[in-house]
Amino acid sequence: MTAYEAESDVLADPGRAGEPAAPLLEVADLEVSFPSEDGRVRAVRGLSYRVSPGEVLGIVGESGSGKSVSSLAVMGLLPPSARIGGSIRLRGQELLGLSDTELSRIRGRRVAMVFQDPLSALTPVYTVGDQIAEALLVHGGRSTTASTARNRAVELLDLVGIPNAAERVKAFPHEFSGGMRQRAVIAMAIANDPDLIIADEPTTALDVTVQAQVLEVLKTAQEVTGAGIVLITHDLGVVAGTADRVIVMYAGKAVETGTVDEIFATPRMPYTLGLLGSIPRLDVGRGQPLVPIEGQPPSLVALPPGCPFGPRCPLHEPACDAAEPELLPAPGAAPDHRAACIRTGELAAADAEGGELAAELFDAHVVEAEPVDSATRIDREVVLGVDRLVKHYPVRAGGIFRRQVGAVQAVDGVTFDVRAGETLGLVGESGCGKSTTIMEIMGLEPPTGGSIQVLGSQVEGLSRADRKRIRRDLQIVFQDPMASLDPRLPVRDLIAEPMEVQGFDKAHITRRVPELMKLVGLRSEQINRYPGEFSGGQRQRICIARALALEPKVLVLDEPVSALDVSIQAGVLNLLDELKARLGLAYLFVAHDLSVVRHIADRVAVMYLGKIVEIGGVEEVFAAPQHPYTQALLSAIPVPDPEVERRRERILLTGDLPSPANPPSGCRFRTRCQLFATLGADQQQRCIDVEPPRESALPAEPDAPVGAHLPDHDVACHWARIRTVV
Amino acid sequence: MTTTDVTGGTGKSVPTGGANPVDVPLDAIEAETEGVTRGTLVLRRFLRNKLALTGLVVLALLYAVSLTSPLFAPWAYDEYDYLSFLQPPSASHWFGTTQIGEDVFAQTMRGLQRSLTIGLLTAAISIVIASVVGACAGYFGGWVDRGLMWIVDLLLVLPSFLIIAVISPALRGSSWILFVLLLGLFAWMITARILRGMTLTLREREFVKAARFMGAPSGLIIRRHILPNMASLMIIDVTITVGSTILLETGLSYFGFGVQPPDVSLGTLIRDGSTAALTTPWLFLFAGGLLVVSVLAVNFIGDGLRDALDPNARRGRNVREDEDPEVEVERA
Amino acid sequence: MARFLARRLVNYLALCLVATFLAFALAALTFDPVGKLQARNPPPPQATIDAKRAELRLDEPIPQRFVLWLGDAVQGDFGRTVVNQSISEELPRRIGVSLRLFLLGTVVGIGLGVIVGVASAIRQYRFSDYAATFFSFVILSTPVFLLGLLLKYVALELNTAAGAQLLVFTGETTPGFQGGFFEALVDRVQHLVLPTLTIALGQIAYYSRYQRSAMLDVLGSDFLRTAQAKGLTRRKALFKHGLRTALVPMATLFAFGFGLLITGGTFTERIFGWYGMGDWLVYGIEQDDTNITATVTLFVAVLVLVSGWLSDVFYALLDPRVRLR
Repeated sequence: MTAYEAESDVLADPGRAGEPAAPLLEVADLEVSFPSEDGRVRAVRGLSYRVSPGEVLGIVGESGSGKSVSSLAVMGLLPPSARIGGSIRLRGQELLGLSDTELSRIRGRRVAMVFQDPLSALTPVYTVGDQIAEALLVHGGRSTTASTARNRAVELLDLVGIPNAAERVKAFPHEFSGGMRQRAVIAMAIANDPDLIIADEPTTALDVTVQAQVLEVLKTAQEVTGAGIVLITHDLGVVAGTADRVIVMYAGKAVETGTVDEIFATPRMPYTLGLLGSIPRLDVGRGQPLVPIEGQPPSLVALPPGCPFGPRCPLHEPACDAAEPELLPAPGAAPDHRAACIRTGELAAADAEGGELAAELFDAHVVEAEPVDSATRIDREVVLGVDRLVKHYPVRAGGIFRRQVGAVQAVDGVTFDVRAGETLGLVGESGCGKSTTIMEIMGLEPPTGGSIQVLGSQVEGLSRADRKRIRRDLQIVFQDPMASLDPRLPVRDLIAEPMEVQGFDKAHITRRVPELMKLVGLRSEQINRYPGEFSGGQRQRICIARALALEPKVLVLDEPVSALDVSIQAGVLNLLDELKARLGLAYLFVAHDLSVVRHIADRVAVMYLGKIVEIGGVEEVFAAPQHPYTQALLSAIPVPDPEVERRRERILLTGDLPSPANPPSGCRFRTRCQLFATLGADQQQRCIDVEPPRESALPAEPDAPVGAHLPDHDVACHWARIRTVV
Repeated sequence: MTTTDVTGGTGKSVPTGGANPVDVPLDAIEAETEGVTRGTLVLRRFLRNKLALTGLVVLALLYAVSLTSPLFAPWAYDEYDYLSFLQPPSASHWFGTTQIGEDVFAQTMRGLQRSLTIGLLTAAISIVIASVVGACAGYFGGWVDRGLMWIVDLLLVLPSFLIIAVISPALRGSSWILFVLLLGLFAWMITARILRGMTLTLREREFVKAARFMGAPSGLIIRRHILPNMASLMIIDVTITVGSTILLETGLSYFGFGVQPPDVSLGTLIRDGSTAALTTPWLFLFAGGLLVVSVLAVNFIGDGLRDALDPNARRGRNVREDEDPEVEVERA
Repeated sequence: MARFLARRLVNYLALCLVATFLAFALAALTFDPVGKLQARNPPPPQATIDAKRAELRLDEPIPQRFVLWLGDAVQGDFGRTVVNQSISEELPRRIGVSLRLFLLGTVVGIGLGVIVGVASAIRQYRFSDYAATFFSFVILSTPVFLLGLLLKYVALELNTAAGAQLLVFTGETTPGFQGGFFEALVDRVQHLVLPTLTIALGQIAYYSRYQRSAMLDVLGSDFLRTAQAKGLTRRKALFKHGLRTALVPMATLFAFGFGLLITGGTFTERIFGWYGMGDWLVYGIEQDDTNITATVTLFVAVLVLVSGWLSDVFYALLDPRVRLR
């Protein structure tokens, strides 16, 4: 890209004073294509970028935008069937065309990579220590012996924050949790002090608190090695908090680049604007209109001429289809801020900015709450009540006579209720028991302990017929819309299934299916299509239609948007908002993403290791979280705003989730609690001995009368205190 | 076979403990690629596989010829030509004659027809038993599972060759249909195991859970969701069973434990011909050659079907990049 | 781990017993050992037939016969044949013959199978891969008895071409062979090659197919990419990380491969005139001999289960994820 070379100095790291750094990595006109059923997929189409030493470049894009492929091209790790063109230069040395042996001298020593899925990134049959040591031995030459490599491996594990590294070095990957494995992969990446680290979605598969830890480790790794980092992610929040510069990719091309502040504050490409507007923000909540980007990314097999985002763009005009716009400096912005849009000037001229402009442009609205739920909470009917629910899974050993040797305490005394017309968000990280809780509810079987009450009926002692009747009012939408639709049935049969099971007559079903499809925003012509022919967002709409077929009163939503790309997620969230307002539904919304919960829920319950640690109105809990875990969880969630991110103080939890088969005594959170560490010895003793009861929280105002309690905000901590973290 | 990518890992975890002989394509369930229905996609993939297509054509031809041969062949299989004993192939006896003047062509066709029919029927019986046992064991779990799997284990301990051979004296003088039943009775175990494993994963799939949460009864769920979603695996397995049954049948017949005279199968023909194999090779070479060709054809069809039905097959797979971390379920 | 394996062993022993009983009962039900006696011409006197029936305990209930047989078998006496020979005397010799064949076939089969499979996977879609795949298919489609016959044919041609008896295809040694140790060894090897090849070919084809697909799975795995990312060449990553991991599923296959081998071994023994257990089984069934059948069944069940158990052991050795459970 000649335009780039002419202005190399403006691309230098803006954060560092002094002379501009020489480019560390220079990618120019990168083209990657793969063969497929329908023809060649042009996964990357002319991508150019540079990374300077010590700089963090964020590459953002949705699934299939080419961001991962481009980084694998840099590493020379694409499959042989890939066709690669253009140029990739590392400190001036051309990497394309090097032999595998030549590349292997560069990989791991000068360029290192951290992959997305830590679970499969390590060879299962070798110990973690051996695998790290191997990275040293490969590049170490004669001077590195097996024992020095092993010692260094221990140091590295220690550096990335694995406790008891000398012991853990002998562990096999399956004995490590996901977060620990990702740390081990980072340790491997920094082992040879590389110049460049490419991190491909390094935190996508991890929980938020672990994500925060890993990002911190990555930061440490950069400080230690002084390496440049290419951070590939779909999470704009992560980019906002970590990157210096950003490239937004769409359909295999960069559509906007600039410094992180420029991109987030004044995006100049409608796609970027839409993306930013589509993310629910932790610090805004209900009042934020979410921007859905209609349609889906184009197929990369036969791209029509013109802007690939055109069909989804609200600013689309005939001129957009003439030719694909170049990535040019955006008018009225900093010189290194470029956008590929012919109407970018109009965006600059608009009087609104950021989310406001996005909402205006994409015509997004806040769904108004219905007056139905204006009645006070206490007066509304309890549609779903869970009282001291316990679910233990036996851990068995032995052959023919399988003895029970312990129990996984998946859910241990959970109490909450959902009242008519409200949404309760049930949040927590993986392994906290939230899924078990809803499976217990949906199973309608008597639980191990405690009770479940659905629409006034206790689950115990239900007859078969009762259970079937209750199922009409209680429906579920699962996380993965592909997995929850039988791929062999057409949409009609899928939506009709609950009605058939409940014995509705044919005429009713035939009438109802198109109605439901319309309700969720699907065209009724698609009635005979199969789920495979729909996009992720549409599939989730089918699931919602199916769940609504019996006109239920309560809808359990199990992470309904977490498998979707952000731009599609917004559309589904808006639909759920709308349906709730129109049909007066009550939702039990299970999620790990607190920003989504903040957007959609009225109340929130935070779970940790099978227990609810804090529950209350969304506004109160988010504004004034009282439990240290809630605080840590909230603080771990990145906000897509670099300014806010820089100001925020992050609470980093130590370690991993303890095993639910053997939870800590007393307060289950104490082993990772940031507050616990600051307590005096006798106070700590109380945490160790006594399980904190769930009690009404104290009011936030300092001048509240002594003994006053919040009516609808419970917290389970001996030493609860408010700490604002958003 | 096309030359597309090499990246396709199925991402499945390694089976533990209980041995599982065939890699279970867990994701044979998935339909993909927008816009094209699954059926056309499968057909397109299958038709592109030259070997599989050839196999299909060859097998169909062989079976058709063997069925219709009495219409055009000059001799019947139980006819004797008292003028030609032990003659090499000629214009009137296409494959030659035996010591007692039987026409080898007619006998071979008869044997081929018998062997193929036995293979197909046995596979049909086997898949019915296997799908019922596999689906029930996997879906209901608990003691049903343990009981059924114990039976499977027991039957796997004894090679089916051995069991059938032991029972064979009872077959002397009875019809070959009984033999088919016997073969079917001992051919389903491995398939049942595979289907059980697949049911276990399907049972945890959300669309099955969704059906359960609608209140659908177990029988309906198995019929409507479990079995159809295992169809591709079942089809693949039927072809495998056809091939292995033909081998087993001919083997048993070779020892006289299978098809009983006066009926013939490829196995009995090869046995009869092999005594003087080195001097009169036409007695067994035609039967042997056709046996290998037909089993080979069946195997190529099976392989082609596997590639076509399993979207994770390495050939012709869409190279999709990044995202959607596949959660690896560790099977305990 | 040891407990896990011990538990498996107990379970297997139970299966062994039930399987043997099953075979015993089936044989006792279907066999008619005195039928041949009765069919003699002139027919023997009724007293002779009755004596034979009593000798063979034909009039006692089958479970009782089984228990009696088993009771003796535990003490090393497997009963007598229909023609009143001691089974226990012949047993060790026959087991030795069979095991030699099986073990050699397995070792050659696994060794070459793994090599062929790995080579195929690495050179996927090259000529050698297609060739290996095609030959595997042909061999897997050829019944063992046909393969044996064909090999005999080939050996005959070879011997004729060489003008000497290079390969021998009957028996395991030349009867009445005289000579020193070295000559005896050569004689053995001459007899060994064809039968071993007959069963090894099937094993090679079988293992190579699975090794190829296991290796292909590994080729696309993330950890292989990680290994390359840290600076291993593709070749080194393939062998150190790929092959080692791709061997794991082979451990479970081993048990099934062995089952296949036993059936194939029966044919091979029969065709090449090796008096092993498979040959004995066929003989036993032809003679309507329940005791021989039950003895061979027990042997087969033990073999299948030992191979299953070994399979577990290999699996545990190869995969740390199982080891620690």
